[in-house]
Amino acid sequence: MPDERTIEIEVLRYRPEQDAVPFFQSYRVPFTEDMSILQALQYIKDHLDGTLSFRWSCRMAICGSCGQMIDGVPKLGCKTFLRDYFPGKVRVEPLEHFPIERDLVVGMDDFIAKLQRIKPWIVPREPRTLAEGEHLQTPAQLEQFLQFSSCINCMLCYAACPQYGLDPDFIGPGVLALLHRYNADSRDGARAERMELVNAEEGVWSCTAVGYCSEVCPKGVDPANAVNQNKTASALDYFLRFVLPKGATR
Amino acid sequence: MKRSNAPIFWTLFGAGGMLSALIGPMLVFITGIAVPMGFLLPRDFLSYPRMLSLAQHWTGKAFLFLVVALFLWHGAHRILHSLHDLGIRAGAAAKLACYGLAMLATVVTACALVAIGTDGS
Amino acid sequence: MSGRRPYVRPMRGWWRRDPFFVRYMIREATAVLVVAYAVALLVGLVRLAQGEAAYDAWLAAQRTPLALIFYVVLLAGFLYHSFTWFEIMPKTMPMIVVRGKSLGPRVITGAGLGAAVAASLLLLLLARDFAR
Repeated sequence: MPDERTIEIEVLRYRPEQDAVPFFQSYRVPFTEDMSILQALQYIKDHLDGTLSFRWSCRMAICGSCGQMIDGVPKLGCKTFLRDYFPGKVRVEPLEHFPIERDLVVGMDDFIAKLQRIKPWIVPREPRTLAEGEHLQTPAQLEQFLQFSSCINCMLCYAACPQYGLDPDFIGPGVLALLHRYNADSRDGARAERMELVNAEEGVWSCTAVGYCSEVCPKGVDPANAVNQNKTASALDYFLRFVLPKGATR
Repeated sequence: MKRSNAPIFWTLFGAGGMLSALIGPMLVFITGIAVPMGFLLPRDFLSYPRMLSLAQHWTGKAFLFLVVALFLWHGAHRILHSLHDLGIRAGAAAKLACYGLAMLATVVTACALVAIGTDGS
Repeated sequence: MSGRRPYVRPMRGWWRRDPFFVRYMIREATAVLVVAYAVALLVGLVRLAQGEAAYDAWLAAQRTPLALIFYVVLLAGFLYHSFTWFEIMPKTMPMIVVRGKSLGPRVITGAGLGAAVAASLLLLLLARDFAR
């Protein structure tokens, strides 16, 4: 017996060339137990309204493209299921705290620019030749940064962070978590340079430990921990910078 | 990027927060509920002679100063950030008001403790 | 020529949009009660410095029914502050690796609350000792 159930999806629309302000548009989408929000959006685009714009790629929660506000909560569309909202309607909006470009597509420029600024790569401590072989790490050393390397750049934490919403200059949870990933890696030697970003008002000092970023992270990165433990590092750097020329940097 | 001076105030906030989290409830309970009701402590526990001797001893002075000052600095920092969260920007005026009042109150506390003196013995 | 016209949504009332944010604002608001208690103590200290008559007046004011309500409200606020302080404490700490695995947040919060109970009991015992 084919499933004839339907569910209402309410989407925030915005076409800059024709809409003065964003507005909600409702669609009725066929419902099955296994459907995700992303599949619902794809059904709308394929069968109901080809003008609907949204980002997506892997549909399996690893590319970080399909972040949206689902009933006011930042989630990945591919990892959120209609069955958890059925039979009620679902409200889908673009990620909070980012400017809306078109429909569910937000402007990512700010996030990308910040990501580039933190040197998100391993800067070797000392120059190393191929003959010296690979870096060796103990499981304990790996444990120090592994969790923070899980970030898929989905920006849900930025949508969750009210401090980023209030002060867009704030470097933000995700980028600071990635910064910490490299600082905490025993192979890396660029901690001093990255600390300059950490120590600024736009670094860790804009954070007030709301903690919602870690709640919404789909990969368990815990950016709140990355940012707040760096407050201690930054404070040590601040107070010890005259006593130790390189601050508290290892 | 310009280095922030936030660590100074954050450290005071943290110290005050930890102190108030550890013994704040018990302090409030003792001063405001237990003693006035004579529960677990005598009703005259906060009497003038006893509190004077506490405040005249250097350990009592240190304890009272730390409790009052750190609680105030903790509160000032958090209130400043709450004002910012409510849309009132943490500009120079707001910072001066919050931290300035905390500093003023700290000075008054210190003066009061100095004025109380020592018992001389 | 670009057809882009990015739309920026307002932040007004942001904290009312989710219970998580409401709880955060309440947590931060406990600071007002911490300051209120510190001010009450500060006034008491100033009165103590001004002599027995001034101090006794302050002491009498701490025993009125209104004062009792004030202190009960303070106690509730301080307890919420204490709980939420140790709840957020794991987020502020670096990774502690014990036998190859990182120490979980519940252990850290539990340790903090345990320390608070111990410190509070110690304070009460010291006070009772001082009362003799």
